[in-house]
Amino acid sequence: MKGETILTVDDIHCGYDGVPVIHGLSLTVMEGEIVAMVGGNGAGKSTTMRTIAGLMHPTAGRITFKNDDITRIPAHRIVSMGLSYVPEARRLFSKLSVRQNLEMGAYTTRDRAEINARLDRVFDLFPILKDRANQIAETMSGGEQQMCAIARGLMSAPRLIMLDELSLGLQPSLVDKVLETVVEIRNSGVTVLLVEQLVQESLEIADRGYVIQTGAIVHAGSSSELLASPEVRKAYMGM
Amino acid sequence: MSILTQVVLDGLWAGMLYGLIAAGLSLIWGVMDVLNFAHGEFLMVGMYVSFFTGFLFKIDPIISWIAAGAFLFILGVLTYKLVIARILGKAMAPLLATFGLSMIIKNVVLNRFTPNFRILEGTLLEGRSFMIADVIVPLPQFATALLSLVVLGALYLMLTRTRFGWAIQATALDKEAANLMGINTEQIYLLVFGIGGACVGIAGGLLPSYLATHPDVGTLFGLIAFMVVAMGGFGSIPGALIAAIMIGLVESLAGFYIGPVYKYIAVFGVYLIIILVRPKGLFGW
Ligand SMILES: Nc1ncnc2c1ncn2[C@@H]1O[C@H](COP(=O)(O)OP(=O)(O)OP(=O)(O)O)[C@@H](O)[C@H]1O
Ligand SMILES: [Mg+2]
Repeated sequence: MKGETILTVDDIHCGYDGVPVIHGLSLTVMEGEIVAMVGGNGAGKSTTMRTIAGLMHPTAGRITFKNDDITRIPAHRIVSMGLSYVPEARRLFSKLSVRQNLEMGAYTTRDRAEINARLDRVFDLFPILKDRANQIAETMSGGEQQMCAIARGLMSAPRLIMLDELSLGLQPSLVDKVLETVVEIRNSGVTVLLVEQLVQESLEIADRGYVIQTGAIVHAGSSSELLASPEVRKAYMGM
Repeated sequence: MSILTQVVLDGLWAGMLYGLIAAGLSLIWGVMDVLNFAHGEFLMVGMYVSFFTGFLFKIDPIISWIAAGAFLFILGVLTYKLVIARILGKAMAPLLATFGLSMIIKNVVLNRFTPNFRILEGTLLEGRSFMIADVIVPLPQFATALLSLVVLGALYLMLTRTRFGWAIQATALDKEAANLMGINTEQIYLLVFGIGGACVGIAGGLLPSYLATHPDVGTLFGLIAFMVVAMGGFGSIPGALIAAIMIGLVESLAGFYIGPVYKYIAVFGVYLIIILVRPKGLFGW
Protein backbone atom coordinates (compact mmCIF):
# COMPACT_ATOMS: atom_id res chain seq x y z
CA MET A 1 0.00 0.00 0.00
CA LYS A 2 2.82 2.38 0.91
CA GLY A 3 4.14 4.26 -2.06
CA GLU A 4 0.93 5.16 -3.88
CA THR A 5 0.14 8.83 -4.07
CA ILE A 6 -2.92 9.64 -1.97
CA LEU A 7 -2.93 13.46 -2.19
CA THR A 8 -1.59 15.78 -4.87
CA VAL A 9 -1.74 19.54 -4.52
CA ASP A 10 -0.77 21.02 -7.84
CA ASP A 11 0.20 24.68 -8.11
CA ILE A 12 -2.70 26.12 -6.11
CA HIS A 13 -3.34 29.82 -5.63
CA CYS A 14 -5.78 31.07 -3.04
CA GLY A 15 -6.55 33.88 -0.67
CA TYR A 16 -9.17 35.74 1.32
CA ASP A 17 -11.48 38.32 -0.27
CA GLY A 18 -9.25 38.61 -3.30
CA VAL A 19 -6.05 39.05 -1.29
CA PRO A 20 -3.73 36.25 -2.43
CA VAL A 21 -2.13 34.24 0.36
CA ILE A 22 -0.96 31.04 -1.34
CA HIS A 23 1.09 31.52 -4.49
CA GLY A 24 1.50 28.36 -6.53
CA LEU A 25 1.93 25.75 -3.84
CA SER A 26 2.45 22.08 -4.70
CA LEU A 27 2.90 19.04 -2.51
CA THR A 28 2.24 15.32 -2.53
CA VAL A 29 1.50 12.79 0.17
CA MET A 30 2.03 9.05 -0.27
CA GLU A 31 -0.11 6.40 1.33
CA GLY A 32 1.22 5.40 4.77
CA GLU A 33 3.42 8.45 5.27
CA ILE A 34 3.60 11.11 7.91
CA VAL A 35 4.30 14.35 6.07
CA ALA A 36 5.02 17.51 8.03
CA MET A 37 4.38 20.99 6.71
CA VAL A 38 6.30 23.46 8.81
CA GLY A 39 6.71 27.22 8.78
CA GLY A 40 6.26 30.36 10.83
CA ASN A 41 3.19 32.37 11.74
CA GLY A 42 1.15 33.49 8.78
CA ALA A 43 3.10 31.38 6.28
CA GLY A 44 -0.14 29.91 4.93
CA LYS A 45 -0.18 26.46 6.51
CA SER A 46 -3.76 26.60 7.72
CA THR A 47 -4.93 28.23 4.51
CA THR A 48 -3.42 25.35 2.54
CA MET A 49 -5.17 22.79 4.74
CA ARG A 50 -8.49 24.63 4.64
CA THR A 51 -8.27 24.63 0.87
CA ILE A 52 -7.50 20.92 0.68
CA ALA A 53 -10.40 20.23 3.07
CA GLY A 54 -12.78 22.17 0.82
CA LEU A 55 -13.62 24.97 3.27
CA MET A 56 -12.33 27.33 0.58
CA HIS A 57 -11.45 26.81 -3.06
CA PRO A 58 -8.32 27.77 -4.96
CA THR A 59 -8.48 30.43 -7.68
CA ALA A 60 -6.11 28.31 -9.76
CA GLY A 61 -4.50 24.88 -9.52
CA ARG A 62 -5.79 21.43 -8.81
CA ILE A 63 -6.15 19.11 -5.83
CA THR A 64 -6.41 15.35 -6.32
CA PHE A 65 -7.30 12.86 -3.59
CA LYS A 66 -7.12 9.13 -4.41
CA ASN A 67 -7.53 9.82 -8.15
CA ASP A 68 -10.54 12.10 -7.62
CA ASP A 69 -10.36 15.78 -8.46
CA ILE A 70 -11.59 17.47 -5.27
CA THR A 71 -10.66 21.04 -6.21
CA ARG A 72 -14.24 22.30 -6.23
CA ILE A 73 -15.92 19.78 -3.93
CA PRO A 74 -17.44 21.28 -0.76
CA ALA A 75 -16.04 20.30 2.64
CA HIS A 76 -19.02 18.24 3.77
CA ARG A 77 -18.60 15.90 0.80
CA ILE A 78 -14.83 15.59 1.04
CA VAL A 79 -15.08 14.03 4.51
CA SER A 80 -17.10 11.11 3.22
CA MET A 81 -14.43 10.51 0.56
CA GLY A 82 -11.98 9.68 3.35
CA LEU A 83 -10.17 12.94 4.01
CA SER A 84 -10.49 14.37 7.50
CA TYR A 85 -9.23 17.75 8.76
CA VAL A 86 -8.67 18.49 12.45
CA PRO A 87 -8.69 22.30 12.32
CA GLU A 88 -6.48 24.73 14.15
CA ALA A 89 -7.63 25.58 17.69
CA ARG A 90 -9.59 22.30 17.95
CA ARG A 91 -13.00 23.78 17.14
CA LEU A 92 -14.92 21.29 19.28
CA PHE A 93 -18.66 21.75 19.60
CA SER A 94 -18.32 23.52 22.93
CA LYS A 95 -21.75 22.84 24.44
CA LEU A 96 -21.96 19.21 23.30
CA SER A 97 -20.54 16.31 25.26
CA VAL A 98 -17.42 14.41 24.26
CA ARG A 99 -19.59 11.57 23.11
CA GLN A 100 -21.80 13.84 21.00
CA ASN A 101 -18.71 15.43 19.45
CA LEU A 102 -17.44 11.99 18.52
CA GLU A 103 -20.84 11.00 17.12
CA MET A 104 -20.74 14.08 14.91
CA GLY A 105 -17.32 12.96 13.69
CA ALA A 106 -19.05 9.87 12.32
CA TYR A 107 -21.96 11.83 10.88
CA THR A 108 -21.51 10.43 7.38
CA THR A 109 -22.18 6.90 8.67
CA ARG A 110 -25.61 5.59 9.63
CA ASP A 111 -24.50 2.09 10.62
CA ARG A 112 -24.76 1.88 14.43
CA ALA A 113 -22.47 -1.13 14.77
CA GLU A 114 -19.83 0.60 12.68
CA ILE A 115 -20.05 3.78 14.75
CA ASN A 116 -19.68 1.79 17.96
CA ALA A 117 -16.65 -0.02 16.55
CA ARG A 118 -15.06 3.33 15.72
CA LEU A 119 -15.86 4.64 19.19
CA ASP A 120 -14.09 1.61 20.68
CA ARG A 121 -11.06 2.31 18.50
CA VAL A 122 -10.72 5.96 19.51
CA PHE A 123 -11.31 5.05 23.16
CA ASP A 124 -8.42 2.58 22.85
CA LEU A 125 -6.24 5.38 21.52
CA PHE A 126 -7.41 7.92 24.12
CA PRO A 127 -8.70 6.02 27.17
CA ILE A 128 -9.35 9.28 29.01
CA LEU A 129 -12.11 10.17 26.55
CA LYS A 130 -14.02 7.09 27.58
CA ASP A 131 -14.13 8.30 31.19
CA ARG A 132 -15.06 11.77 30.03
CA ALA A 133 -17.64 10.69 27.47
CA ASN A 134 -20.46 12.65 29.09
CA GLN A 135 -18.45 15.74 29.95
CA ILE A 136 -19.27 18.94 28.06
CA ALA A 137 -16.41 19.64 25.66
CA GLU A 138 -15.68 23.20 26.76
CA THR A 139 -15.19 22.12 30.37
CA MET A 140 -12.23 19.86 29.55
CA SER A 141 -8.58 20.86 29.77
CA GLY A 142 -6.74 21.98 26.66
CA GLY A 143 -4.94 18.67 26.34
CA GLU A 144 -8.14 16.67 26.72
CA GLN A 145 -9.83 18.88 24.15
CA GLN A 146 -7.02 18.28 21.69
CA MET A 147 -7.36 14.52 22.14
CA CYS A 148 -11.10 14.85 21.62
CA ALA A 149 -10.51 16.86 18.45
CA ILE A 150 -8.14 14.22 17.04
CA ALA A 151 -10.53 11.44 18.04
CA ARG A 152 -13.42 13.28 16.37
CA GLY A 153 -11.35 13.59 13.21
CA LEU A 154 -10.73 9.84 13.28
CA MET A 155 -14.41 8.98 13.71
CA SER A 156 -15.00 9.36 9.97
CA ALA A 157 -12.51 6.50 9.47
CA PRO A 158 -10.38 8.59 7.10
CA ARG A 159 -7.65 7.36 4.73
CA LEU A 160 -5.83 10.66 5.25
CA ILE A 161 -6.02 12.89 8.30
CA MET A 162 -4.75 16.47 8.34
CA LEU A 163 -3.73 17.73 11.76
CA ASP A 164 -3.34 21.49 12.16
CA GLU A 165 -1.04 22.60 14.94
CA LEU A 166 -1.74 19.97 17.55
CA SER A 167 0.88 21.43 19.86
CA LEU A 168 -0.89 24.77 20.18
CA GLY A 169 -1.24 25.64 23.84
CA LEU A 170 0.01 22.31 25.15
CA GLN A 171 2.81 21.88 27.69
CA PRO A 172 5.97 20.21 26.28
CA SER A 173 5.41 16.83 27.92
CA LEU A 174 1.92 16.68 26.42
CA VAL A 175 3.23 17.66 22.99
CA ASP A 176 5.50 14.60 22.96
CA LYS A 177 2.58 12.42 23.95
CA VAL A 178 0.34 13.81 21.24
CA LEU A 179 3.07 13.38 18.62
CA GLU A 180 3.51 9.77 19.75
CA THR A 181 -0.18 9.30 19.15
CA VAL A 182 0.28 10.63 15.63
CA VAL A 183 2.76 7.82 14.97
CA GLU A 184 0.26 5.33 16.40
CA ILE A 185 -2.43 6.69 14.08
CA ARG A 186 -0.14 6.24 11.07
CA ASN A 187 0.78 2.74 12.22
CA SER A 188 -2.91 1.88 12.31
CA GLY A 189 -3.03 2.60 8.57
CA VAL A 190 -4.07 6.24 8.35
CA THR A 191 -1.88 8.58 6.33
CA VAL A 192 -1.03 11.82 8.14
CA LEU A 193 -0.41 15.36 6.91
CA LEU A 194 0.78 17.40 9.85
CA VAL A 195 1.13 21.16 10.23
CA GLU A 196 3.41 22.43 12.95
CA GLN A 197 5.38 25.37 14.17
CA LEU A 198 7.50 22.98 16.24
CA VAL A 199 9.79 22.18 13.34
CA GLN A 200 12.25 19.85 15.02
CA GLU A 201 9.68 17.80 16.95
CA SER A 202 7.41 17.27 13.99
CA LEU A 203 10.18 16.45 11.51
CA GLU A 204 11.47 13.87 13.95
CA ILE A 205 8.29 11.81 13.64
CA ALA A 206 7.68 12.56 9.94
CA ASP A 207 8.93 10.71 6.86
CA ARG A 208 9.09 13.82 4.72
CA GLY A 209 8.61 17.51 5.17
CA TYR A 210 7.82 20.74 3.39
CA VAL A 211 8.93 24.12 4.61
CA ILE A 212 6.43 26.84 3.71
CA GLN A 213 7.11 30.56 3.69
CA THR A 214 4.78 33.38 2.59
CA GLY A 215 2.51 31.04 0.70
CA ALA A 216 5.02 28.90 -1.16
CA ILE A 217 7.18 25.84 -0.50
CA VAL A 218 10.79 26.87 0.02
CA HIS A 219 12.30 23.53 1.06
CA ALA A 220 11.17 19.96 0.54
CA GLY A 221 12.78 16.65 1.32
CA SER A 222 13.03 13.71 3.65
CA SER A 223 12.89 14.60 7.32
CA SER A 224 16.52 13.71 7.81
CA GLU A 225 17.55 15.96 4.92
CA LEU A 226 15.57 18.87 6.31
CA LEU A 227 16.81 18.30 9.84
CA ALA A 228 20.37 18.31 8.53
CA SER A 229 19.94 21.35 6.26
CA PRO A 230 21.85 24.33 7.63
CA GLU A 231 19.34 26.74 6.12
CA VAL A 232 16.38 25.07 7.76
CA ARG A 233 18.21 24.74 11.04
CA LYS A 234 19.15 28.39 11.00
CA ALA A 235 15.72 29.71 10.00
CA TYR A 236 13.44 27.45 12.06
CA MET A 237 15.37 25.82 14.85
CA GLY A 238 17.46 28.76 15.92
CA MET A 239 20.68 26.86 15.43
CA MET B 1 -58.81 31.83 45.93
CA SER B 2 -60.54 30.04 43.11
CA ILE B 3 -60.60 33.27 41.11
CA LEU B 4 -56.86 33.58 41.43
CA THR B 5 -56.46 29.95 40.37
CA GLN B 6 -58.73 30.61 37.44
CA VAL B 7 -56.74 33.64 36.32
CA VAL B 8 -53.42 31.84 36.75
CA LEU B 9 -54.60 28.83 34.75
CA ASP B 10 -55.88 31.07 31.95
CA GLY B 11 -52.44 32.69 31.84
CA LEU B 12 -50.80 29.29 31.80
CA TRP B 13 -52.79 28.12 28.77
CA ALA B 14 -51.89 31.30 26.88
CA GLY B 15 -48.25 31.00 27.96
CA MET B 16 -47.89 27.47 26.66
CA LEU B 17 -49.16 28.59 23.25
CA TYR B 18 -46.77 31.57 23.28
CA GLY B 19 -43.99 29.10 24.03
CA LEU B 20 -44.59 27.20 20.82
CA ILE B 21 -44.88 30.40 18.79
CA ALA B 22 -41.64 31.73 20.25
CA ALA B 23 -39.80 28.42 19.87
CA GLY B 24 -39.82 28.69 16.10
CA LEU B 25 -38.35 32.18 16.25
CA SER B 26 -35.83 31.17 18.88
CA LEU B 27 -34.66 28.10 16.96
CA ILE B 28 -34.03 30.09 13.79
CA TRP B 29 -32.19 32.76 15.73
CA GLY B 30 -30.16 30.22 17.72
CA VAL B 31 -28.97 28.35 14.65
CA MET B 32 -28.37 31.09 12.10
CA ASP B 33 -28.57 34.41 13.96
CA VAL B 34 -31.53 35.51 11.88
CA LEU B 35 -34.50 37.30 13.40
CA ASN B 36 -37.49 36.43 11.24
CA PHE B 37 -39.54 39.59 11.27
CA ALA B 38 -42.33 37.84 9.36
CA HIS B 39 -42.88 35.38 12.21
CA GLY B 40 -46.21 36.91 13.25
CA GLU B 41 -47.40 36.86 9.64
CA PHE B 42 -46.40 33.19 9.44
CA LEU B 43 -48.77 32.60 12.36
CA MET B 44 -51.51 34.53 10.60
CA VAL B 45 -51.04 32.45 7.44
CA GLY B 46 -51.28 29.30 9.58
CA MET B 47 -54.59 30.56 10.95
CA TYR B 48 -55.94 31.16 7.44
CA VAL B 49 -54.88 27.69 6.33
CA SER B 50 -56.71 26.20 9.29
CA PHE B 51 -59.72 28.49 8.89
CA PHE B 52 -60.17 27.61 5.21
CA THR B 53 -59.67 23.88 5.69
CA GLY B 54 -62.38 24.18 8.34
CA PHE B 55 -64.63 26.42 6.28
CA LEU B 56 -64.29 24.62 2.93
CA PHE B 57 -63.71 21.00 3.93
CA LYS B 58 -65.28 20.90 7.39
CA ILE B 59 -62.06 19.76 8.96
CA ASP B 60 -61.69 20.83 12.58
CA PRO B 61 -58.64 22.83 13.79
CA ILE B 62 -57.93 19.89 16.09
CA ILE B 63 -56.87 18.10 12.88
CA SER B 64 -56.05 20.90 10.47
CA TRP B 65 -53.09 22.21 12.52
CA ILE B 66 -51.22 19.44 10.72
CA ALA B 67 -51.99 21.07 7.37
CA ALA B 68 -51.07 24.49 8.73
CA GLY B 69 -47.76 23.12 10.06
CA ALA B 70 -46.96 21.51 6.72
CA PHE B 71 -47.89 24.65 4.80
CA LEU B 72 -45.69 26.83 6.99
CA PHE B 73 -42.85 24.32 6.78
CA ILE B 74 -42.90 24.85 3.04
CA LEU B 75 -43.24 28.63 3.40
CA GLY B 76 -40.24 28.59 5.79
CA VAL B 77 -38.16 26.54 3.37
CA LEU B 78 -39.07 28.86 0.49
CA THR B 79 -38.29 31.94 2.58
CA TYR B 80 -34.87 30.53 3.34
CA LYS B 81 -34.15 29.47 -0.19
CA LEU B 82 -35.43 32.54 -2.03
CA VAL B 83 -34.56 35.27 0.47
CA ILE B 84 -32.37 34.40 3.46
CA ALA B 85 -29.79 32.20 1.72
CA ARG B 86 -28.81 35.08 -0.55
CA ILE B 87 -28.10 37.55 2.24
CA LEU B 88 -27.18 35.41 5.24
CA GLY B 89 -24.35 36.90 7.26
CA LYS B 90 -24.75 40.35 5.72
CA ALA B 91 -25.41 42.36 8.88
CA MET B 92 -29.06 43.47 9.21
CA ALA B 93 -30.08 42.35 5.72
CA PRO B 94 -32.07 39.24 6.79
CA LEU B 95 -34.03 41.28 9.36
CA LEU B 96 -34.75 44.02 6.84
CA ALA B 97 -35.69 41.51 4.15
CA THR B 98 -38.09 39.62 6.40
CA PHE B 99 -39.64 42.96 7.35
CA GLY B 100 -40.44 43.43 3.67
CA LEU B 101 -41.70 39.89 3.48
CA SER B 102 -44.05 40.44 6.43
CA MET B 103 -45.56 43.46 4.67
CA ILE B 104 -45.99 41.52 1.43
CA ILE B 105 -47.66 38.60 3.20
CA LYS B 106 -50.00 40.87 5.14
CA ASN B 107 -51.02 42.84 2.07
CA VAL B 108 -51.50 39.81 -0.13
CA VAL B 109 -53.79 38.32 2.52
CA LEU B 110 -55.62 41.64 2.92
CA ASN B 111 -56.07 41.79 -0.82
CA ARG B 112 -57.23 38.23 -1.33
CA PHE B 113 -59.29 37.73 1.81
CA THR B 114 -60.40 41.25 2.87
CA PRO B 115 -59.82 42.66 6.36
CA ASN B 116 -62.91 40.80 7.66
CA PHE B 117 -62.73 38.90 10.91
CA ARG B 118 -63.46 35.27 10.15
CA ILE B 119 -64.84 33.03 12.83
CA LEU B 120 -65.00 29.31 12.39
CA GLU B 121 -68.38 28.16 13.66
CA GLY B 122 -69.36 24.78 14.98
CA THR B 123 -65.88 23.57 15.82
CA LEU B 124 -65.59 20.40 17.83
CA LEU B 125 -64.46 22.09 21.03
CA GLU B 126 -66.51 25.26 20.72
CA GLY B 127 -68.04 26.33 24.02
CA ARG B 128 -66.93 23.17 25.79
CA SER B 129 -65.17 23.17 29.10
CA PHE B 130 -64.55 21.02 32.14
CA MET B 131 -64.16 21.77 35.81
CA ILE B 132 -61.25 21.16 38.14
CA ALA B 133 -62.80 21.72 41.57
CA ASP B 134 -64.52 25.08 41.03
CA VAL B 135 -62.23 26.26 38.26
CA ILE B 136 -63.40 26.29 34.66
CA VAL B 137 -61.02 24.95 32.03
CA PRO B 138 -62.16 25.93 28.53
CA LEU B 139 -61.47 23.03 26.19
CA PRO B 140 -60.31 24.98 23.09
CA GLN B 141 -57.67 26.85 25.11
CA PHE B 142 -56.72 23.78 27.07
CA ALA B 143 -56.32 21.54 24.00
CA THR B 144 -54.29 24.23 22.24
CA ALA B 145 -52.02 24.62 25.24
CA LEU B 146 -51.56 20.88 25.63
CA LEU B 147 -50.76 20.33 21.97
CA SER B 148 -48.34 23.26 22.04
CA LEU B 149 -46.54 21.67 24.94
CA VAL B 150 -46.41 18.30 23.21
CA VAL B 151 -44.97 19.81 20.02
CA LEU B 152 -42.50 21.85 22.05
CA GLY B 153 -41.44 18.72 23.93
CA ALA B 154 -40.99 16.83 20.67
CA LEU B 155 -38.88 19.67 19.29
CA TYR B 156 -36.74 19.70 22.40
CA LEU B 157 -36.23 15.94 22.37
CA MET B 158 -35.36 16.06 18.68
CA LEU B 159 -32.72 18.72 19.34
CA THR B 160 -31.17 17.05 22.37
CA ARG B 161 -31.58 13.30 21.75
CA THR B 162 -31.20 12.63 18.04
CA ARG B 163 -28.16 12.77 15.79
CA PHE B 164 -30.04 15.15 13.52
CA GLY B 165 -30.65 17.42 16.51
CA TRP B 166 -26.98 17.30 17.49
CA ALA B 167 -26.10 18.20 13.92
CA ILE B 168 -28.37 21.25 14.24
CA GLN B 169 -26.64 22.20 17.49
CA ALA B 170 -23.22 21.57 15.96
CA THR B 171 -24.11 23.83 13.03
CA ALA B 172 -25.25 26.53 15.45
CA LEU B 173 -22.05 26.27 17.51
CA ASP B 174 -19.51 26.16 14.67
CA LYS B 175 -20.70 26.01 11.10
CA GLU B 176 -17.29 25.33 9.58
CA ALA B 177 -16.45 22.59 12.04
CA ALA B 178 -19.85 21.05 11.31
CA ASN B 179 -18.98 21.12 7.61
CA LEU B 180 -15.80 19.24 8.39
CA MET B 181 -17.90 16.49 10.01
CA GLY B 182 -19.76 15.98 6.75
CA ILE B 183 -22.81 17.95 7.87
CA ASN B 184 -24.43 19.81 4.98
CA THR B 185 -24.99 23.00 6.94
CA GLU B 186 -26.82 24.67 4.07
CA GLN B 187 -29.41 21.90 4.24
CA ILE B 188 -29.57 22.21 8.04
CA TYR B 189 -30.36 25.93 7.68
CA LEU B 190 -33.07 25.15 5.16
CA LEU B 191 -34.67 22.55 7.42
CA VAL B 192 -34.37 24.73 10.52
CA PHE B 193 -36.23 27.52 8.75
CA GLY B 194 -38.83 24.97 7.76
CA ILE B 195 -39.11 23.58 11.30
CA GLY B 196 -39.32 27.10 12.76
CA GLY B 197 -42.12 27.83 10.29
CA ALA B 198 -43.87 24.56 11.13
CA CYS B 199 -43.88 25.40 14.87
CA VAL B 200 -45.57 28.74 14.39
CA GLY B 201 -47.80 27.20 11.70
CA ILE B 202 -49.03 24.55 14.12
CA ALA B 203 -49.78 27.24 16.70
CA GLY B 204 -51.65 29.25 14.07
CA GLY B 205 -53.49 26.14 12.95
CA LEU B 206 -54.85 25.53 16.44
CA LEU B 207 -55.97 29.10 17.12
CA PRO B 208 -59.15 29.30 14.94
CA SER B 209 -60.85 27.00 17.42
CA TYR B 210 -61.28 30.05 19.65
CA LEU B 211 -59.87 33.11 17.91
CA ALA B 212 -61.04 35.09 14.88
CA THR B 213 -58.76 35.08 11.86
CA HIS B 214 -57.86 38.40 10.18
CA PRO B 215 -54.86 39.95 8.40
CA ASP B 216 -53.57 41.79 11.48
CA VAL B 217 -53.91 38.94 13.94
CA GLY B 218 -50.21 38.04 13.71
CA THR B 219 -48.83 41.40 14.76
CA LEU B 220 -49.37 41.11 18.50
CA PHE B 221 -48.36 37.45 18.54
CA GLY B 222 -45.20 38.34 16.63
CA LEU B 223 -44.34 41.02 19.18
CA ILE B 224 -44.99 38.64 22.05
CA ALA B 225 -42.76 36.05 20.38
CA PHE B 226 -39.89 38.56 20.04
CA MET B 227 -40.32 39.50 23.66
CA VAL B 228 -40.36 35.90 24.83
CA VAL B 229 -37.24 35.06 22.83
CA ALA B 230 -35.37 38.09 24.16
CA MET B 231 -36.48 37.34 27.72
CA GLY B 232 -35.76 33.64 27.57
CA GLY B 233 -32.36 34.13 26.01
CA PHE B 234 -31.91 33.91 22.27
CA GLY B 235 -31.73 30.33 21.09
CA SER B 236 -32.88 28.66 24.31
CA ILE B 237 -36.03 26.56 23.90
CA PRO B 238 -36.59 25.87 27.63
CA GLY B 239 -35.88 29.56 28.26
CA ALA B 240 -38.53 30.45 25.71
CA LEU B 241 -41.11 28.24 27.39
CA ILE B 242 -40.47 29.68 30.84
CA ALA B 243 -40.49 33.27 29.56
CA ALA B 244 -43.65 32.55 27.58
CA ILE B 245 -45.45 31.26 30.65
CA MET B 246 -44.30 34.33 32.59
CA ILE B 247 -45.75 36.56 29.87
CA GLY B 248 -48.99 34.57 29.86
CA LEU B 249 -49.30 34.91 33.62
CA VAL B 250 -48.51 38.63 33.72
CA GLU B 251 -50.99 39.22 30.90
CA SER B 252 -53.73 37.31 32.63
CA LEU B 253 -53.12 38.63 36.14
CA ALA B 254 -52.76 42.25 35.04
CA GLY B 255 -55.77 41.92 32.75
CA PHE B 256 -57.92 40.71 35.61
CA TYR B 257 -56.64 42.60 38.65
CA ILE B 258 -55.62 45.89 37.05
CA GLY B 259 -57.87 45.98 34.03
CA PRO B 260 -57.87 44.66 30.48
CA VAL B 261 -56.59 47.90 28.97
CA TYR B 262 -53.48 47.73 31.16
CA LYS B 263 -52.45 44.18 30.48
CA TYR B 264 -49.96 44.91 27.68
CA ILE B 265 -48.51 47.83 29.60
CA ALA B 266 -47.78 45.35 32.36
CA VAL B 267 -46.45 42.73 29.95
CA PHE B 268 -44.10 45.09 28.13
CA GLY B 269 -43.13 46.70 31.44
CA VAL B 270 -42.04 43.38 32.88
CA TYR B 271 -40.20 42.68 29.63
CA LEU B 272 -38.34 45.97 29.80
CA ILE B 273 -37.35 45.46 33.42
CA ILE B 274 -36.03 41.96 32.72
CA ILE B 275 -34.00 43.17 29.75
CA LEU B 276 -32.58 46.04 31.82
CA VAL B 277 -31.56 43.67 34.59
CA ARG B 278 -30.44 40.80 32.38
CA PRO B 279 -29.62 42.11 28.90
CA LYS B 280 -28.98 38.62 27.57
CA GLY B 281 -32.27 37.29 28.88
CA LEU B 282 -33.06 35.05 31.80
CA PHE B 283 -31.24 32.05 30.36
CA GLY B 284 -29.00 33.69 27.78
CA TRP B 285 -25.27 33.12 27.55
N1 LIG C 1 -10.03 34.69 7.47
C1 LIG C 1 -8.99 35.40 6.97
N2 LIG C 1 -9.20 36.58 6.34
C2 LIG C 1 -8.18 37.29 5.81
N3 LIG C 1 -6.90 36.90 5.86
C3 LIG C 1 -6.61 35.75 6.48
C4 LIG C 1 -7.64 34.93 7.06
N4 LIG C 1 -7.06 33.85 7.61
C5 LIG C 1 -5.75 33.97 7.38
N5 LIG C 1 -5.47 35.11 6.70
C6 LIG C 1 -4.14 35.56 6.27
O1 LIG C 1 -3.55 34.57 5.47
C7 LIG C 1 -2.18 34.43 5.76
C8 LIG C 1 -1.87 32.98 6.07
O2 LIG C 1 -2.56 32.61 7.24
P1 LIG C 1 -2.60 31.12 7.77
O3 LIG C 1 -3.58 31.07 8.89
O4 LIG C 1 -2.78 30.20 6.66
O5 LIG C 1 -1.12 30.97 8.34
P2 LIG C 1 -0.49 29.81 9.20
O6 LIG C 1 0.75 29.38 8.49
O7 LIG C 1 -1.47 28.77 9.50
O8 LIG C 1 -0.07 30.61 10.50
P3 LIG C 1 -0.12 30.13 12.05
O9 LIG C 1 1.09 29.33 12.29
O10 LIG C 1 -0.08 31.43 12.80
O11 LIG C 1 -1.36 29.37 12.26
C9 LIG C 1 -1.88 35.37 6.90
O12 LIG C 1 -1.26 36.51 6.38
C10 LIG C 1 -3.23 35.72 7.46
O13 LIG C 1 -3.26 37.02 7.96
MG1 LIG D 1 -2.38 28.10 11.18
